[in-house]
Amino acid sequence: MISRKRSEFGARIKFSDQNASSVKDAYIECTAYPDKNFTLKQLERDVGMQVVPQIKETSTQTRWTCPQNATTQYYPREFLEEEKEALGQSKTLTEFLNSVSTSVEIALQQNEIMNTFIHDWKCLAEEEGTFGDKTDTHLKEYQSFTDLHSLTEKMITCVSWHPVIYGLIAVSVAVRLSLEERVHFSGKLLLQPSLILFWSFSDPIHPQLMLESPDDIFCFQFCPTDPNIIAGGCINGQVVMWDITAHADRIENIKAGGSRSKKVTLKPMFLLEPESNKEAMYIRHCAVSSIESGHRKVITDIHWLPDTFEINRLGNVFENRSGISCQLVTCSADCTICFWDIRPQKALTPQPQAEKKKEESIEIPFDIPTTFLHLDLSWKPLSKIKLSKGETTLDHCPTKLSLSEDNLLFKAQGNCLSQSKAVKAGEMNPYQNLENALNNILKPIDDFCTKFFVGTEEGEVIYTDWKMEKDPETGRFMAKKPVSLYTVHDGAVHTVQRSPFYKDIILTVGGWNVAIWKEGIMTGPLLQSCCAPKRYTSGHWSLTRPGVFYIGREDGYIDIWDLLEKTHEPAQSQNICITMIMYIKPWTFSAKQQFIAIADYYGTLHILEIPWTLSHPSTNEVSSISHYFEREVKHLEYVEQRRIIREQEKREMELELEKKKVKTFQKSKEQLEAELKMDYESYLELEKNILSNLGLSKQKESMSYFVSHYN
Amino acid sequence: MAEVEETLKRIQSHKGVIGTMVVNAEGIPIRTTLDNSTTVQYAGLLHQLTMKAKSTVRDIDPQNDLTFLRIRSKKHEIMVAPDKECLPIVIQNPCEQ
Repeated sequence: MISRKRSEFGARIKFSDQNASSVKDAYIECTAYPDKNFTLKQLERDVGMQVVPQIKETSTQTRWTCPQNATTQYYPREFLEEEKEALGQSKTLTEFLNSVSTSVEIALQQNEIMNTFIHDWKCLAEEEGTFGDKTDTHLKEYQSFTDLHSLTEKMITCVSWHPVIYGLIAVSVAVRLSLEERVHFSGKLLLQPSLILFWSFSDPIHPQLMLESPDDIFCFQFCPTDPNIIAGGCINGQVVMWDITAHADRIENIKAGGSRSKKVTLKPMFLLEPESNKEAMYIRHCAVSSIESGHRKVITDIHWLPDTFEINRLGNVFENRSGISCQLVTCSADCTICFWDIRPQKALTPQPQAEKKKEESIEIPFDIPTTFLHLDLSWKPLSKIKLSKGETTLDHCPTKLSLSEDNLLFKAQGNCLSQSKAVKAGEMNPYQNLENALNNILKPIDDFCTKFFVGTEEGEVIYTDWKMEKDPETGRFMAKKPVSLYTVHDGAVHTVQRSPFYKDIILTVGGWNVAIWKEGIMTGPLLQSCCAPKRYTSGHWSLTRPGVFYIGREDGYIDIWDLLEKTHEPAQSQNICITMIMYIKPWTFSAKQQFIAIADYYGTLHILEIPWTLSHPSTNEVSSISHYFEREVKHLEYVEQRRIIREQEKREMELELEKKKVKTFQKSKEQLEAELKMDYESYLELEKNILSNLGLSKQKESMSYFVSHYN
Repeated sequence: MAEVEETLKRIQSHKGVIGTMVVNAEGIPIRTTLDNSTTVQYAGLLHQLTMKAKSTVRDIDPQNDLTFLRIRSKKHEIMVAPDKECLPIVIQNPCEQ
């Protein structure tokens, strides 16, 4: 109920202003809001436009008929032969040429004398931008790795840098025992696994990966097209394959592990990581070759064939369409060289069902990749070549091979990266389905050089062919006889290596000296060093300088030879360790960083950094070294010619000597005869005189009359 | 004719000479040491270039005349010695260190 004073009814109303915000609830707001029910979409817009034209006027004379494409085919005007002859005879031509040829010859000679357009100043200077001291020529110690967990003393047999990942190096270790000791301790040896260790620069104590093998590995190599596949040769003659694709991530991210220690203090979560990294992964091999049909003795060298060609049973070369390296070559102390193929071979006879069932019952541990399961224990070589010495039973015992295209590891740094990326980007790893690779119909490659160099235990260097030829007597395919054989070294040849710069220059190291050969020169080595004071036990070309190579000695010194400086002795000698150097392997990571891995007899791997002077070639080094080799070739030819001339001279001299002898002989013979005749005549006279004195024969008196008359 | 051949042989035997040819005033090859297609190509192109060079020289000074034309490229040097009637062309690879 509202009440009000009566006097106020109908009174004038007074309005006054009031601030709305001062009093609470004095106003009600009606704010505007966009109501979706009432939004209008403009569908049509009425706009006016005007275009200003750009005018251009051109004019041609054309026939305005239907335009068509027209082509003209022509051939140049030429003189016929007779006309050419006639012109050639004309006097005017002769005169003209005579007048002009002088100036032409002047111009030609100018060019021959000097090239006027060269920037002499620029060519004079060496490339600027050297890093480090130019006088520093020593190899600097960077890191060294030893396996501290092994029980027996081990030695390193083979070293290989990982072709793709920086700072990763793989080393195969073997027990340091002689054959007798091996047999003696064989029980103990069986318990310890034979390993290939992967070391990384970030962790010098614990190896990153350990690959297990049935027996000591003496040589191994990463596959050039897929660095996750490794093939190794055992001491018992088996070829072992590993596939580490599953663990590839572990080793790729190793660089992150280097800063592990810092992260430990910052975040407690990462404490768990070091422990898991410390536990080294043992990876079992995924295939071994068959024991009966492979090599009988230790495998001394193993190489992957490049992915550009492949060979069949007879040694004929075909082009490789699968794009991957799928064949291997091994040589072993049982005097054979075997070629292997990692793809499943088509069975010649269909296998009976019972045998298949037996094979299936073998349990495969689940963590082994099945890439090479088809090869396990049944892998047979594609072809075998026996290096026999003819009729004698002593065969050549090969220690190292060098095929014609052996620059896999050197080029791998550039190519492998792109190839491995392609493999990952593609859906299927080509190694997973190797069966497809077999089905390609291959095209044979003609005039492929199937010859290769082999170094043997006796110190010989053999140049032989892997193509089999048909023996006319038996009709079977036999290996060809070697093309050339030289005994140059005093001990076993342990390095046969092609130069990374020249495809036909080969370095062989063995015994107490070094030899450099050129493929195709049959007369002998280009360079043969004299006997060194200590035995040479390993060697390798430098990867960046064409005239430099490294030789390791048995007293732990490394000799660095520089062919531009001195060719009769090493340019430098440096002490690395106290014991015999087993293996040298340089590797380039970048233009500034080049490392050399040196493995010694006591199982330590030393990584040294190569200084700028040894790793960086001078501007004309490649051509200078090739000139040097050409000079050596000419020198060899000259020596050969001189030898022929000398032989001729010798023969001539001998002939002369003989002639003289004959003359004197004849002379003396005649003399003798004359003397005899005279003696006889004097005897006859004597006889007559005596008879006449005795008065025995009358007839003879008349005769004596005659005789005296004659006298 | 023997003289012509001899002269051409002498020129051809210089160091670095890749090819020699003699072309007439219309661009038709008379003598050549290269194969036919290359010769025809060189003859056609160089003939036109020589005409242009000649006219250029004479435009600048009517009493002057073109005596020798040398074109140096990255790989070779081409030399042309023009005359009223014909054009000898020599291609040489200058010696490089």
